[in-house]
Amino acid sequence: MSDAQSADDLPKLPWEAEDGPVFKEPWEATAFAMAVRLSEAGKFTWSEWVDYLSAEIAAAKRRGDPDLGDRYYEHWLSALEKLVIDKGLGSEAELASLKHDWTEATIHTPHGQPTELKKRTPAT
Amino acid sequence: MAHDHAHNAPPSETAMRVKALETLLTEKGLLDPAAIDALVETYETKIGPRNGAKVVARAWTDPDYKQRLLEDGSAAIAELGFSGVQGEDMVVVENTDDVHNLVTCTLCSCYPWPTLGLPPIWFKSAPYRARSVIDPRGVLEEFGVELSDDIEVRVWDSSAELRYLVLPQRPAGTEGLSEDELAALVTRDSMIGTALVEAPAS
Repeated sequence: MSDAQSADDLPKLPWEAEDGPVFKEPWEATAFAMAVRLSEAGKFTWSEWVDYLSAEIAAAKRRGDPDLGDRYYEHWLSALEKLVIDKGLGSEAELASLKHDWTEATIHTPHGQPTELKKRTPAT
Repeated sequence: MAHDHAHNAPPSETAMRVKALETLLTEKGLLDPAAIDALVETYETKIGPRNGAKVVARAWTDPDYKQRLLEDGSAAIAELGFSGVQGEDMVVVENTDDVHNLVTCTLCSCYPWPTLGLPPIWFKSAPYRARSVIDPRGVLEEFGVELSDDIEVRVWDSSAELRYLVLPQRPAGTEGLSEDELAALVTRDSMIGTALVEAPAS
């Protein structure tokens, strides 16, 4: 392993302080916790999860994403959406509809008030 | 749109996707939002590399514990109360005068959460995942760790089944320190293998 081929051409590592925040934004924390809780509840195994996450990371690399670790939770979220759909826990259409509703609610909620979805028929 | 002051800036697409997933799973009874919040709080405040540092300090001061730790990492770490997701199958690898261990995950970022918390950004990055196996000495140098050529560098690739914790060498000149004082010297990176534990400045 000593004469590394083209080691000099490899990109430098991104740095991060040892006591930096665990999550950059709240959605990262929520996405993280949802996957852990669903796995704990037996909706999928951790090996299945790692397969989906690895596939997302590999796909990003093929798209030319430099993948410096800062978009990790975006890959995490895409993997979770796919696994939820593939396991039949929800459909793509349901997710798209809810995303639309949340976007509308966020845009139209005045500052200082909690954003909530309008009264609606829960998914079944 | 200046007249339309009731409208906010469009929210982040990503944040809305997360909201959609959370609502979907909650409405179907698959997720409890309170359990989500509790888990996040745990990872933000209670789980982190201080846990691993306690394991290392115990191993440095209690030879019987160290032996149990090297034989069955998961069980010995659980003795100190650290267990759970991504900590089920722990292997502890010991740095010695002859061997330096470096942990990576080439596929994604499997990492021993109960002992180290969530991985730092560089551990999740493609450059580290690739370079740690192609050129571990170069990576170590970039982290400021220069090893003599006669020290063997072993790279451990984590997986969904196995996760690794490096037991760093106890620095010289720390004979009089308590277990707590020793734990304070142990850094996250030293337990990944990208740093050595330094003796306290006297």
